[in-house]
Amino acid sequence: MKNKNILFIALLAVGFAGCEPEFKEELTNADYSAGDADFTTYVAVGNSLTAGYMDGTMFRSGQMYSYPNLLAQQFALVGGGAFTQPSYAEDVNNLGGIAGLPGFNTRLVIDASAGGPEPIAGTSTISLTPQAMAFNNMGVPGAKSFHLLAAGYGNAAGLSQGLANPYFVRMATSPNTTVLADAMSLNPTFFTNWIGANDVLAYATSGGIGVDQTGNLNPATYGGNDITDPNVFASVYSTIVNTLTSNGAKGVVATVPNITSIPFFTTVPFAPLTTEALGGTANITALNTQLYGPLKQALTAFGQGGRINLLSETTVNPLLIKDESLANLQVQLTAALTPAVGAQTAAFIGATYGQARQATAQDLILLTTRSVIGAAPAGVPAPFDKFGVTYPLQDQHVLTATEVTLVNTATGSFNNTIRAIAASKGLAVADMNAILGQLVTGLQAEDGQVYNADYFSTSRLSTALFSLDGVHPNARGYALVANEVIKVINEHYNAHLPQISPGYYPGATVLPTN
Amino acid sequence: MRKLLSLTLALTAASAFAGGYRVSLQGQKQLAMGHTGVAVVNSAEVLFFNPAGAAFLKDKFNFSVGGNALFARTAFQNETYNWRASTENTGTPFEVYASYRATDWLTVGLAVYSPYGSAVEWDRDWQGSHLVNNIDLKAIYIQPTVSLKVSDKFSVGGGPIFVTGGVEYNRNLTRSLTDEQGNRSDVTVEAKGVTAWGWTAGFMFNPLETVRLGVNYRSEITMEARNGDATFHDLPAFAQGIYTNTKFNADLPLPAELTAGLSVQLTDKWLVAFDYNRAFWNVYDALTVSFANGTPSSVSPRNYKDAGTYRVGAQFTPNSKFAFRAGWYFDESPVQDGYFAPETPRNDSMGFTGGLTYQISPKFGIDFSFLYLHFDEIQNSYDYFSEDGTNVSFGGTYKNVVFSPGAGITYSF
Repeated sequence: MKNKNILFIALLAVGFAGCEPEFKEELTNADYSAGDADFTTYVAVGNSLTAGYMDGTMFRSGQMYSYPNLLAQQFALVGGGAFTQPSYAEDVNNLGGIAGLPGFNTRLVIDASAGGPEPIAGTSTISLTPQAMAFNNMGVPGAKSFHLLAAGYGNAAGLSQGLANPYFVRMATSPNTTVLADAMSLNPTFFTNWIGANDVLAYATSGGIGVDQTGNLNPATYGGNDITDPNVFASVYSTIVNTLTSNGAKGVVATVPNITSIPFFTTVPFAPLTTEALGGTANITALNTQLYGPLKQALTAFGQGGRINLLSETTVNPLLIKDESLANLQVQLTAALTPAVGAQTAAFIGATYGQARQATAQDLILLTTRSVIGAAPAGVPAPFDKFGVTYPLQDQHVLTATEVTLVNTATGSFNNTIRAIAASKGLAVADMNAILGQLVTGLQAEDGQVYNADYFSTSRLSTALFSLDGVHPNARGYALVANEVIKVINEHYNAHLPQISPGYYPGATVLPTN
Repeated sequence: MRKLLSLTLALTAASAFAGGYRVSLQGQKQLAMGHTGVAVVNSAEVLFFNPAGAAFLKDKFNFSVGGNALFARTAFQNETYNWRASTENTGTPFEVYASYRATDWLTVGLAVYSPYGSAVEWDRDWQGSHLVNNIDLKAIYIQPTVSLKVSDKFSVGGGPIFVTGGVEYNRNLTRSLTDEQGNRSDVTVEAKGVTAWGWTAGFMFNPLETVRLGVNYRSEITMEARNGDATFHDLPAFAQGIYTNTKFNADLPLPAELTAGLSVQLTDKWLVAFDYNRAFWNVYDALTVSFANGTPSSVSPRNYKDAGTYRVGAQFTPNSKFAFRAGWYFDESPVQDGYFAPETPRNDSMGFTGGLTYQISPKFGIDFSFLYLHFDEIQNSYDYFSEDGTNVSFGGTYKNVVFSPGAGITYSF
């Protein structure tokens, strides 16, 4: 009987083995190929977008989703080597930020009890301790094009004068090295270079408080929020690409995204003031009688009546903003209003409204201004104490139409430079400007999901691509970026790399309370 | 927040309860003949295939019991994303049939069988885990019958069917939701002790001594799962107020099925049989699950189509000790393109069957059967998983293999 059992089991085993489901073409890693590219040593240079910055900071788990790290996982199938990133092991609580540095807050989370994004509670444990290593991911948050060539950009001693970058201080192999030199020390066989966004976006995200440095060829004199001169950009970009390709490496360069595909600039409407938000019809009447009416009357007398219209009870009203490109009517307004309201108040009104106008669709209200609207400016008495309603939003709150034009001009110029230099070197171009531009109308992924450039909302928990800072992608967004780069590599270098589906990557962190 | 986060709790996979893993294994002798039997009078197994046939069993008492070991394997791959996954599933369907001829014209019988007894377990958190991680379903059919011999040429038979079953099913809530530690959030729904009633009826006509014709109809049975448990795991803290463990209701239709066929006794040693089944799957339009705590109902489109099965079988009886059987069938899948979900990854298949009976004594025999189901590999997808209001597709290439040895005994006098 025992023998019969064994026989039966043996027969079963034979039958079972013959019943493995087998594909005609079984998928294996050998189905993928590097084509003309050599991924042995992949090095990524760039800024925050390369570093894996999201939710307003670098943090341990977020960095894992940097687009170069996602790419490297696919490269590993076809000969790609190890891929190192700066260590965030000290970020034990996964909070991000930098300990002791003002402005380097912990990562943004959604506090469901408060309803909006705020830095996660806790204290950063990320230090500036130099790791003194070159990493495959040489993305440095905040870096502009010329910073990659700037000696001392990783020197802690230069931090206070703004000559150094705390993120590069953590990385730099020596105080006087450059980002590019450290990158080249790894002898890359393949690279990605996505630099240039900060050369224009720093200006845009600051509301245009910087200066367009077109014509100034010395970047050492630039402020942090300035727009880089196009010739400086071209020269620097050329140096970077020449250096990266000097050993025959192939690679991908990426263009700078346009501000219209970044929710930081598109989320807050220029005309959000409903009757309800203004406190009802009685308030609107009072505002029109006491402020908007007299102001419009005075401005009309100077031929500038179009700057301000009376508030409407039937449609949403635009925000009141300051536009530095307007002729300053401070003196005229003060003089005109003195008889009615007295010298002191007239002087205040003149100073406050001399360059004020109502916003139009051409003005972009910054995401961070959302919490400013209706808030009280420091030291301003009622009834002038409501930003955007009775007190103009200031330069840093709004990217005015004039400033938008400067940004668009610079973006276009930089991108032309990037494409031209890439073409001269036969490099692949990931046109992130065009790709992210598709998000404005909706970018359809292979699985049918349609992604757009909207800011986080709870109805978009599974589809929001941008992190809570409104500028940087979240993990899902970086997966989309990585996937687009893969498509470009497959096309340009005849490679066959598997794609990445953004749908499987996480979005914002939502906490019940913070 | 609650409203906005009402991620659809689509109970997509419960369709397996009705469809995909139903493998016809309802009798050792008839399985070996391609699972024909609506016009075959061989043993008490006829109680399942066509109760009318029991009237023509030559012994007064007939008893058959048997079981199968069901091995179903599915491999999945997607070349675009380098996805690979597989599942190995086992099941142990069984059957017990007994008939007793009370009078010359009346035969009563009892059939107990499990046409759905299978589990599917994909690799945890695999790429299709938002559709199914695992599903385990069980249903036992209890069917008392009466058969009336109208004449030597004609009989009718039928009876009620009582079904008792349950399902346990797990899937991840979305493609990307995790708890704070990165564990994918998932839900298990479990319904036990679901019962339902249906009926079966048929007739058998013997125009010649060597030819039988049979027709059998099995009614639609709706499994009404009531107050099942929906249990959530690995939720992030913010979602714990939204997804609270709750009760659910769902109706799962098991379609009506019409079978017609004939058998011919070619010689005293050779019998051949042909069956055609039509399963009226189009009743399975969508799976709607409603929840007790106000979570919006989830509607998962299924859009099944009616499907047919063509069966042929033969029996060779060289002597009174042995009978050898072989058969073949073509089984059309009710799943349409774009509705190909990984809990029922079944396309059209061909079954190859064989078996034998060894008659230890005239009263007592041992039956062996074997089924091999062949599926062509298929590239298909499920395109109706709603993510933030947009349907997203999940698909790739699937390849199935099913194989099932079985054994049973027959006793009659």
